[in-house]
Amino acid sequence: MTIDTITADEIRATPPGDLAIWFFIFAELLAFGVFFVAYAFARAHNVALFDESQQHLDITSGAVNTLVLITSSYFMVRAVAAIKLGFARGCARWIAAAIGLGGVFLAIKLVEFHDKFSAGISLSTNTFYMFYLSLTIFHFMHVILGMVILAAVMLKAKRGGYSAQDHTGVETGASYWHMVDLLWIILFPLVYVIH
Amino acid sequence: MQFKSQAVAKPYFIAAIALFVGQILFGLIMGFQYVVGDFLFPEIPFNVARMVHTNLLIVWLLFGFMGAAYYLIPEEAETELFSPKLALITFWVFLAAGALTVVGYLAVPYATLAEMTGNNMLATMGREFLEQPLPTKIGIVIVALVFLFNISMTVLKGRKTSISLVLLLGLWGLAVFFLFSFYNPSNLVLDKYFWWWTVHLWVEGVWELILGAMLAFVLIKITGVDREVIEKWLYVIIAMTLITGIIGTGHHYFWIGTPEYWQWFGSVFSALEPIPFFMMTVFAFNMVNRRRREHPNKAATLWALGTGVMAFLGAGVWGFLHTLAPVNFYTHGSQITAAHGHMAFYGAYVMVNLTMISYAMPLLRGRSANSPSAQVLEMWSFWLMTVSIVFITLFLTAAGILQIWLQRMGDNPMSFMAAQDQIMLFYWMREAAGFVFLLGLVLYIWSFFKKGEVQAAA
Repeated sequence: MTIDTITADEIRATPPGDLAIWFFIFAELLAFGVFFVAYAFARAHNVALFDESQQHLDITSGAVNTLVLITSSYFMVRAVAAIKLGFARGCARWIAAAIGLGGVFLAIKLVEFHDKFSAGISLSTNTFYMFYLSLTIFHFMHVILGMVILAAVMLKAKRGGYSAQDHTGVETGASYWHMVDLLWIILFPLVYVIH
Repeated sequence: MQFKSQAVAKPYFIAAIALFVGQILFGLIMGFQYVVGDFLFPEIPFNVARMVHTNLLIVWLLFGFMGAAYYLIPEEAETELFSPKLALITFWVFLAAGALTVVGYLAVPYATLAEMTGNNMLATMGREFLEQPLPTKIGIVIVALVFLFNISMTVLKGRKTSISLVLLLGLWGLAVFFLFSFYNPSNLVLDKYFWWWTVHLWVEGVWELILGAMLAFVLIKITGVDREVIEKWLYVIIAMTLITGIIGTGHHYFWIGTPEYWQWFGSVFSALEPIPFFMMTVFAFNMVNRRRREHPNKAATLWALGTGVMAFLGAGVWGFLHTLAPVNFYTHGSQITAAHGHMAFYGAYVMVNLTMISYAMPLLRGRSANSPSAQVLEMWSFWLMTVSIVFITLFLTAAGILQIWLQRMGDNPMSFMAAQDQIMLFYWMREAAGFVFLLGLVLYIWSFFKKGEVQAAA
């Protein structure tokens, strides 16, 4: 079986992975959701300031980072597919690749932060930068947490802790990682692109 | 009771209830001073009554937490307590320190007490909830350290469960954050900023871990649901508590001179603080519905369910009511805050302590549950106290809305005292509800002495 041929009996009543992670994901999405709504609300009251400040963001690095995270998410899909076929080492390698791209994301983001901070920008510069910095730093920390979770899953996979029958942990990690990706996919256009 | 040393919990529970009575009496005195300003003046001025009311609350809740830990930890760790003797010594030290402090509050003017107790060496007094004289504060730290040493050693030598680890994390956090009560910078902004590290990070942070662990323990015992299921819930709830509660501290930083971004941080994160409380409610009901046994202690089950509901209403809903910065701009420090404070403390921390006491006390007295007639009495006390706190909250909320309207909105806002005169009716009704609460508390204590047929503990 490959990922292209998911059969009907694979469609389950419960979401993949541990149910607890879905409570967690739901809560995280809610937290970011509230922040996104607050952003929209604040922007509506001060469109000119937001548009002006947005000009100074580095859209290219944001776009590259979007590709990096989506690719990383794809690697996690491959990791889940691999373990479903019982390939534990293949699974671990795909996860390692996903973590690697997470690292690339962080590196690019750090360069961006460095530029902003050395330009003297802080949380108190203006409302736009308050949102830009809070949202991206908050997301940055989630990427780190995601990488930690993936690393734990990878180590267990390497030790042969998962099998074709029993791989809830891999799905749990993948679910969280996809959420981190999803958040960026919303965050990037919202904060960097939409004028 | 599975381990002999669990018996040290008993004096803690008894002291907790005794101090609870004191808290309520001073609440009633103070509630009466709201309507008859010079009642008991100059013997017990309002500020002293308030200090005793809030300090007794905190101290009795701490007694409850400690008693709960001494009961729960040996059973979870499946071993006797490291040192029951130490637990009894700290009990008497803590009780004596608490009693002396209250005597100090009542016997001499606060400024004199400050002079007598060395406040000029290290000024820590004069701040709401942290009014304790320096020796008391140091005593609290010593008692807390000995207590933590005792239970940590017990866990270390025994079985380590999620419940005891979460409880330990909560209790260690409690001790660590109390240290900020010694830090009193002369800059008022910094003073307030770190003052909340004790006050907020207790009740909206580490205390919630203690609450979660205590509730989970009682639910395992009374429902017989698998530990794995309950522990998973506990972890998710704890994670949510910390995610929302820590940065949620920002909802106290709106108007004290901190940077403006706190208005956003505080609003967003604290708006999510009801979630862990809501999950706790769902958790409690879910576990009771999936119960695998019919525990004879119906009263404890009622308290556990009540904790879930009332904590969510009091801390969650009434907190959310005024947590958003644009709303708080008007409601800050009004009777809305008092309404929230009453229901949140009762719903979360009073009730979880009473849940624990209700479950553990019969076992400490050698029976699996109290007699049916004693339980009926206890359930009456549950309803009287709970319903009256709901009314206290509603009356204070009404008073608060009116106060804000008269004093802070409109074309001709009134002065503080003029506005207070207009809302007297609600203060009278609050006081009446307070007496019903006292009645509930009396019934509660009576239920301990009510005889009847009991099953011996298994």
